[in-house]
Amino acid sequence: MKYLEEFRDEKQVKKLLDDIHSIVTREWSIMEICGGQTHSLVKNGILNLLPDKITMVHGPGCPVCVTPIGMIDRAVELALEKDVIMCSFGDMVRVPGSEMSLMKSKAFGADIRIVYSPLDALKIARENPKKEVVFFAVGFETTAPANALSVIQAAKSGLRNYSILTSHVLVPPAMEAILSDEETRIDGFLAAGHVCAIMGSEEYEPISEKYGVPVIITGFEPVDLLYGIKSCVEQLESGKSELDNQYKRVVRRAGNTEAKSIIFEIFEVGDREWRGIGMIPSSGYHVKGKYSEYDAIRKLDVVAVDGKENPDCMAGLILKGLKKPHECPLFGEKCSPSNPQGAPMVSSEGACAAYYHFGYEPE
Amino acid sequence: MSNRKFTLQCPMPELDFEVVTLGHGSGGKLTNDLLDKGVFSLFKNDALQQRHDGAFLDIQGKIAFTTDSFVINPIFFPGGNIGELAVNGTVNDLAMCGADPKYISLGLIIEEGMRIDDLWEVLAGVKISSEAAGVQVVTGDTKVVEKGKGDQVFINTTGVGLTHPEVDFSMDRISPEDIVIVSGPIAAHGMAIMSVREGLTFDSDIISDTRPLHEITNTLLDKFGKDIKLLRDPTRGGVATVLNEIARFSKVGIELIENEFPIDVQVRAACEMLGLDPLYVANEGIFLAVVKKHIANQVLPTIQSHKYGKQARIIGEVQEENPGKVFIKSKIGGRRVIGMLAGEQLPRIC
Repeated sequence: MKYLEEFRDEKQVKKLLDDIHSIVTREWSIMEICGGQTHSLVKNGILNLLPDKITMVHGPGCPVCVTPIGMIDRAVELALEKDVIMCSFGDMVRVPGSEMSLMKSKAFGADIRIVYSPLDALKIARENPKKEVVFFAVGFETTAPANALSVIQAAKSGLRNYSILTSHVLVPPAMEAILSDEETRIDGFLAAGHVCAIMGSEEYEPISEKYGVPVIITGFEPVDLLYGIKSCVEQLESGKSELDNQYKRVVRRAGNTEAKSIIFEIFEVGDREWRGIGMIPSSGYHVKGKYSEYDAIRKLDVVAVDGKENPDCMAGLILKGLKKPHECPLFGEKCSPSNPQGAPMVSSEGACAAYYHFGYEPE
Repeated sequence: MSNRKFTLQCPMPELDFEVVTLGHGSGGKLTNDLLDKGVFSLFKNDALQQRHDGAFLDIQGKIAFTTDSFVINPIFFPGGNIGELAVNGTVNDLAMCGADPKYISLGLIIEEGMRIDDLWEVLAGVKISSEAAGVQVVTGDTKVVEKGKGDQVFINTTGVGLTHPEVDFSMDRISPEDIVIVSGPIAAHGMAIMSVREGLTFDSDIISDTRPLHEITNTLLDKFGKDIKLLRDPTRGGVATVLNEIARFSKVGIELIENEFPIDVQVRAACEMLGLDPLYVANEGIFLAVVKKHIANQVLPTIQSHKYGKQARIIGEVQEENPGKVFIKSKIGGRRVIGMLAGEQLPRIC
């Protein structure tokens, strides 16, 4: 914990805030990619301490929020109709599908288990040899190595009643989609430190170069975030657009090569639909054909469905940074964490939930 | 099993059955065997010995009366078991009413197939914690439900206590400048349970804070009387939920200071790891006191002088501004609202 405290130090925070206030002269929009960063900005009250000229735009980096509704419907179908044990990360179980969430399906008799790691799901599969056990493998590059590892271990030990329902998404294609969208105006990015820890900072060099935007690899503690923002503002004010790694204690240029080799043993890159954003080319991981017996969709013959979204929900615009959560007509009244209409209200990393939880009023 | 601590003190009698069956709830011979050798041999007191359908109690004065049901899973956890929790929970509900707990009932709903030695450990937990709290188990009930219809054992305890003559708790009396005190480190119980939940297990030394609080609360009322405006134990929903209720019903704002919250290092680390906010995590052995400002600096050492209150802290103040809302000043000087918890607090992904 001591190691964390240094990055929550009040004096350091104050110094960084003073620096940022003194260098900023123009209005800038900076997107923090990761939901964990959004959460930390709001939880620590940083948004209110920044200069008015800086607008933090909350990016699509909450895996729970961008998992398409059709994929949740598939998970519910698996759990209810195919009599599987459905294992999931905690946040995912409350996300509303077209008809219901996994949490609600539990009330109708589905066997839903909340786990912290796919390796726990593997354990459940070993303990229940007569049942099919499915792990709902969502997440960015960060969760991919462990999810892939669970398949490798299942294959090695000959475990045949385990598979994963994959909805993996990738950060760089999403950044390109945002930068290519004519409606959005993002001046700089705080890239997600944990994703970069796996994939390496080198993935972001071409983006910074091609689009002429500063990309700062940033951590999650207050001091980390402020270093990231400061570096971004410095570059913007001096007309630079470079990749800067402000999370050097965790991120290397090549990333974690061992984790990457595990990912690419199991997964290949393919197109992926993002909830609220739509289809983004080459933006997700799919299980390779060689391991198709561990791919729940192919193994258990799950039908693809088009999910029904609430038409008033602004999740898409919020995930693209075009609207703030409290500008949505549903925010606070019809949509709250206890009755979420869209995914960003469900996950504690979702921008809407963060705004709701930390007291923003509907506009 | 590391979470067993009572069986040595209360050795189990020789019984000719290993698990509870439906017959033990039928009211016949098996029920009598279970009650005679089990329950009645553990809880000996005048009211229970009379074997009536209910207990005759002699109490003079204003009575506080409360009931609570315990359905915790798992029933054994670091620092306690469901039996202790059932006693301390009801004892503390009475304490929060400003009452001295006297008598409790014990209602057991047992799932067919529960191991007798597990049941015994739970009953021993009830015995030892009720003795420690100075309350008598004076009436009870045992039912057995089919396997799959329960979860080993559910317990209901109902308690009565004698209220302190000085008690005058009311949300209406809370006003600006009142001080909020917490009697001990937060979030221990919830995290102890999380550490042993199926699928979430992690190694730690975190133990539940389940314990009776009435000795401290009685002392506070003896010394400070009506200047103690409210006592609440922040169980489910944690400190944040209770303070939100107070802010809402009392139509006041509450301003907290994050740095002042006592929290065990391991509990904090576990919360960080699982992505949980300790302010919303359940407690079983601490209370929140709202007191008049001029006595706050005397209340604090009074709580701290008790073995269960050593880490008490002043954590905030009642304000006129922002009625109905709870704010916290973050460690780095930011400020945010602490809202109500929506549903169960679920772990985050990354």
